[in-house]
Amino acid sequence: MDDFLVIDRISKSFGPLRAVDDVTLSVSRGEAFSLLGPSGCGKTTLLRLIAGFERPGSGRILVNGQDITALPPERRPVNTVFQNYALFPHLSVWENVAFGLRMSRRPREEIRGGVDRMLELVRLSEHARKRPAQLSGGQKQRVAIARALVNRPQVLLLDEPLAALDLKLRQHMLKELNTIHEQVGTTFIYVTHDQGEAMNLSGRIAVMNVGKVEQVDTPERLYETPRSSFVATFIGDANFFTGTAVELQHEGYVRVMVEGLGSPLVLSNGAVTSNQTLRLMVRPEKISLTLKHPPSGERVNAFRGIVEDIAYFGSHTRYRIRAGEHSILAQLQRSRFSGGEIDPARGTEVWMTFHPDEGRVLKLEDAAP
Amino acid sequence: MKRSWFPALLTSGVIVFLFVPLVVLVTNSFNASRFGGGWEGFTWGWYEKLWDADEVWESVRITLKIAVSASLASMALGTVAAHALHRFRSWLQSAHSMLITLPLVMPDILMGMSLLALFVLTGIETGLITIWVAHVTFCLSFVTMVVLGRLQDFDFTLIDAARDLGATRTQAVCKVLLPLLLPGVLAGGLLAFTLSVDDYVITFFVSGPGTTTLPLRVASMMKTSRSLPVINALSTLLIASTFLIAALSFRLQRRS
Repeated sequence: MDDFLVIDRISKSFGPLRAVDDVTLSVSRGEAFSLLGPSGCGKTTLLRLIAGFERPGSGRILVNGQDITALPPERRPVNTVFQNYALFPHLSVWENVAFGLRMSRRPREEIRGGVDRMLELVRLSEHARKRPAQLSGGQKQRVAIARALVNRPQVLLLDEPLAALDLKLRQHMLKELNTIHEQVGTTFIYVTHDQGEAMNLSGRIAVMNVGKVEQVDTPERLYETPRSSFVATFIGDANFFTGTAVELQHEGYVRVMVEGLGSPLVLSNGAVTSNQTLRLMVRPEKISLTLKHPPSGERVNAFRGIVEDIAYFGSHTRYRIRAGEHSILAQLQRSRFSGGEIDPARGTEVWMTFHPDEGRVLKLEDAAP
Repeated sequence: MKRSWFPALLTSGVIVFLFVPLVVLVTNSFNASRFGGGWEGFTWGWYEKLWDADEVWESVRITLKIAVSASLASMALGTVAAHALHRFRSWLQSAHSMLITLPLVMPDILMGMSLLALFVLTGIETGLITIWVAHVTFCLSFVTMVVLGRLQDFDFTLIDAARDLGATRTQAVCKVLLPLLLPGVLAGGLLAFTLSVDDYVITFFVSGPGTTTLPLRVASMMKTSRSLPVINALSTLLIASTFLIAALSFRLQRRS
């Protein structure tokens, strides 16, 4: 991986608040990368640090090997698509897009060519003479993207690019953004609080929480092997159990005693010692339900519980199952053809089973959510 | 629901109350009768008299000179003041804010007297300059308030956006902030202009020999009934231009 955009131990405090706390990231050329986290996690501050609107307390930012930490925003090879678009209301769409090129005093011919080409790319050529106020939300968004991309930035920053759009438009722009990214090949950095957006838009995601990066990974790996319970709950739903490692097996499998439930066997992704307190995670859809005790064996984790609540979602159904003091969420696909499917009513006693490879051992020092 | 006739009646009452005097005045400026007691036939005579009244036109010249320069100065100062008030928060700014709003509520007579006292104390001879200073002082408050209102609506991410696109701080202000504030600044300037044109009380204190502004001139002409119809004619012209300026100002305020 070439280190095209490097965030090197960046920290930024606002008074006593550490908005960005010792963050290190590396993004390759042409990558679509997301900063994902709840509001207040520091993702927007990090974006503003890259754009140059904020100065870091410590650390460095490099683009293509050049240290840009001390540069003012106007001299950085970075452009931003703002959350509210921040289009200039007194200028036409065409002049908005031309603004950056005019500021860098490009020759007239180049400005005209560049702006026309860019408006074509975002399919707004026929709206060139309009004012931003006359455009729809999606069109404004495209103007903002064109206005940033026309300057051929090394890195394009997009702050919650879809947040201001309604649901249907959001689906459309999602596709559009992916197409534009493919066409221009610029490094895109998205900032979003929406996990679905991040997973659809980017190849890799940095999940942030209270100023720190919790995990940087592909969407699949974030979902399948989250490193902390924060990541596990922020991306998708999860069941958590606290237990003690009672038996270490070969190939990283570990049997964990969970009070009031049983002793499931799970795959751990780190070093585990005997008698260590652990935190387990199982995704709801990894749990299957049966009425009879499943065929027992070394590799089957089966626990008994009572269906407490049922929520029907059309494509799937969610069951809340009570087992001792544990309340477990299970999710079943509704498929008529898969064998052994059941449709338990409330109050039914069921068996929950999951494969050891579907259970995860999380960061041990991680606090309960 | 039964529609009440009361609001309509009240509204027309207010309109009549406000505009009947103006109608009487305009009518009388074309009335051949000297005292305006009754209609004695149409005449342009008073306008012709007005045309020849050199001292009136001299006053108009002085008034415009002061009004234009005072409103330009208060536009520049008011914009800067509004920016400072909006941008910085400190005890000094609270004092600043109070000082800026004070002339809006201070009685004119107090302001006129205190300015005169200041000019006498410092030995500055009253005249064009002192009138100009006085006018800038009270116009400034109005311009600042109007511009401040627009600044509070201004989206400062636009400045970030401009800088992001390669504009320096100064360029961002010139290319984005000022064009967007301009309607507010112009509206404030027009307000300042009209206030300056018809100020009587303050000007009365700080004017000197040879600097009789239009309001002062009209007041002195009132003392002799001979020139009453000429004043009517002059007032009619003033009403016409006021309406013109007000309409322009209204359009500027709405465009944003």
